[in-house]
Amino acid sequence: MNKNKEQLLNKRYKAEKRFRLYGQSAIFMALLFLTIFIFKIFSTGYSAFQKTWLIVPVTFDAELMMLEQNPSKEDLKDADYYDIALKSMADLDPNANEDQENELKRMVSYFFEREIKRELLNDPSLIGKTKDVYLTASDDLDQVFKGNYPRDLPEDQRRVTDYQLKIFDQLVELGKVESKFNLSFFTYPDSREAELAGIASSFMGSIFSILVCLMIAFPVAVLAAIYLEEFAPKNRFTDFIEVNINNLAAVPSIVFGLLGLGILLAVFQLPRSTPLVGGITLSLMTLPTIIIACRASLKAVPPSIREAALAMGASKMQTTMHHTVPLSMPGTLSGTIIGLAQALGETAPLILIGMVAFVNTIPGSPLDPAASLPVQIYIWAESAERGFVEKVSACIMVLLGFLIIMNLFAQIIRHKFEKKWS
Amino acid sequence: MNLILFIFIVLLGFTSYYFGRKKAYTIQSTNKRLTALPQFYGYYLAIWCAIPAFIIFSLWAIFEPTIVKLLILSDYSNQGYLDDELNLIYEKTKALSRGQFTGEITPFIEASAEKYLSLRSIAQSSKAVIVLSIIIASVAYAYKKISSNSRTREPVEKFLKVVLFTASLAAILTTVGIVFSLIFQTIDFFKVIPLFDFVFGTHWYPAKAFVRDSSEALDPTMYSDTFGAVPIFAGTFFIAFIAMCVAIPIGLMSGIYLAEYASVKVRQYAKPLIEILAGIPTVVYGFFAALTVGPFLKEIGNSMGLDVSAESALAAGGVMGIMIIPFISSLSDDVITSVPQSLRDGSYAMGATKSETIKKVIFPAALPGIVGSILLGVSRAIGETMIVVMASGLAANLTLNPLESTSTITAQIVVILIGDQAFGDPKTQAAFALGMSLFLVTLCLNIVALRVVKKYREKYE
Repeated sequence: MNKNKEQLLNKRYKAEKRFRLYGQSAIFMALLFLTIFIFKIFSTGYSAFQKTWLIVPVTFDAELMMLEQNPSKEDLKDADYYDIALKSMADLDPNANEDQENELKRMVSYFFEREIKRELLNDPSLIGKTKDVYLTASDDLDQVFKGNYPRDLPEDQRRVTDYQLKIFDQLVELGKVESKFNLSFFTYPDSREAELAGIASSFMGSIFSILVCLMIAFPVAVLAAIYLEEFAPKNRFTDFIEVNINNLAAVPSIVFGLLGLGILLAVFQLPRSTPLVGGITLSLMTLPTIIIACRASLKAVPPSIREAALAMGASKMQTTMHHTVPLSMPGTLSGTIIGLAQALGETAPLILIGMVAFVNTIPGSPLDPAASLPVQIYIWAESAERGFVEKVSACIMVLLGFLIIMNLFAQIIRHKFEKKWS
Repeated sequence: MNLILFIFIVLLGFTSYYFGRKKAYTIQSTNKRLTALPQFYGYYLAIWCAIPAFIIFSLWAIFEPTIVKLLILSDYSNQGYLDDELNLIYEKTKALSRGQFTGEITPFIEASAEKYLSLRSIAQSSKAVIVLSIIIASVAYAYKKISSNSRTREPVEKFLKVVLFTASLAAILTTVGIVFSLIFQTIDFFKVIPLFDFVFGTHWYPAKAFVRDSSEALDPTMYSDTFGAVPIFAGTFFIAFIAMCVAIPIGLMSGIYLAEYASVKVRQYAKPLIEILAGIPTVVYGFFAALTVGPFLKEIGNSMGLDVSAESALAAGGVMGIMIIPFISSLSDDVITSVPQSLRDGSYAMGATKSETIKKVIFPAALPGIVGSILLGVSRAIGETMIVVMASGLAANLTLNPLESTSTITAQIVVILIGDQAFGDPKTQAAFALGMSLFLVTLCLNIVALRVVKKYREKYE
């Protein structure tokens, strides 16, 4: 009997330990996913912040550039750089035949002409002289240099030819290949060529959308929250508004995209693909988040504050506007920032209103067509070129960086400025 | 033009505030008692400036296009055009006047475009004149009206209250907007495709509907086997099911551990770390699923001799499950911590171990809240878009094999509506019909879940 009891007790203790272990392993799993996730993004993405350059000697031959003697600045701008650019690439291998010259040309980006031009515009005295110029390597060679390219594939299955690899290896041995910080990733707009693609256009698109979203969602949400929390009578209609807000917070984001498409684009005829429409759509999504946050922080202001103000003869409106609302601002602001962070990461509704269009100019206003950072991630992830994989990860790192900064900011506002009532 | 006018009106508003306050001070200096603080006199005048401006601006926005259109089309009225042709002429005129017209420019249209531009400029300048004169008149009237014993605080506060109330209608307006944007297209869709075919059909090939000569009349029979949504619905629930298979055990157990076992320190670090998972944008999860998880599962499957699609439902569902973990864990954590301590103490007093207490006492007590959190998770899984678009297939297979690819409602909406859409085409309308069903399903889930959670909270408060 006693032994039985002991066995039973042991069994119960074991069950206890097992249960505890399940809990620990669940936490462990969740954290493991997070770690793998972050590790994967960083390990594929960090190399995008480096860019490979080929250092090619360029002879600025006035005759080939169709330049007269003593050219003015304007002449230099209009000069023909294609021939000298082509020639300097072809000169990398003096014995190259025509096909090989073509392959040589394709070792650098199609911006090579512009890069040579910039060099001369910076220093017009170079005419007639030879100088080493940094040219952006093609994205395949960029990947070869970073070690991400399977060189041992048979030649017909890869885009880099054996000949290009041979020349490239010679250049590497001569120290004519250099890796530098990839500034153009931040300053260039999107491009079909991975080596020239940057996030400037989508970044500006995101900024404009978020600004539009903030300018619409914040005032409307705060006013609505003030009404619901301070003035609304308790009746059916108020309940109905409340149910609406709670439901909107849980409606799938793509439905808001359909709203933007069906109402903003089709009925109001607003311009497609623009951050204006994107921002309005996102503002409808963030509205409930901000309303809920603002109401919570209005609720946290103790009634004694209101009573004191009322006792001093302030009207209800004055009490609210002069005392309750300012005291609730830290909570409201941090809720707003969190809502904006959500909006910043949103993709599906923006795709539906056409912000996936290929944009190779940097938008200057909310009325110019644009993409946004998450949509850029989607566009690049869908393209087949190898060079875009690291770009996607790098873009994700930029986006996550912004989200982390915004959330930290929200935390700081909350902890620093919120009054603790006790 | 509009912007300049707007700035001007705002400046006028400030000026009238200044004059209102100044008048109040003058009244005060004659030793008369004011009925409100001086700034209320200012606000009062500013409102007298804002309201007429707002009314005129909205009236103008509503009526100007219609009137301009009528005037333009009156040139064509007795030439026997049909309504559709007239509309087309008007659209062409507008496009030409904006310089966006591509195609043959006829002298008629060019003349209309010039007329359009001149009408627009007349309208703009007359709007400016009318707005400014009415504002000045109304402010002047109000300025004369206010005196020491006139009420200014009450009207100002009433106005503010109306503004607050209007803002709170935004939530209702959004819901109405959603319903309106979905319902018309959906009704048009069901005029062509019978509801029965949509709900019970088993073939979904919207691409087929695109191969249609637009000059032919719509022939409903040609869509008979095109818009059967069963594979889509099945795929949606299947992927959501896989996601919940990952999210419920991990989320629930982490929630329980955090609430009942974890020391303060572990809780302090583990909880926010898990919640990071909820803050990661879904497009990032989609990329992760498509780039890492899909190929990884395919490799494992191939090494075991299984035929795994690189875009398997398992990859999409699994990653979606990871995304939902924090929703379930933090909601169930909240629910469990709000179970009263007395229940725990009672159970311990009877000699139960901690896990027995959790399983037999706390879990049943917290069950409604946990079910609510799971329902919210399901609604999230059904509405999730980017993971499915990027990691799962786009072809709608009717399958229950997690290693094959399936498609979901959200993925189909994106596939149909990406790029240019032609409103009035059954394919576009199909996307809105899918959106409607998605909205209805998630709405039901949300209402039930929120109600359950609310009931539960009331029980223990």
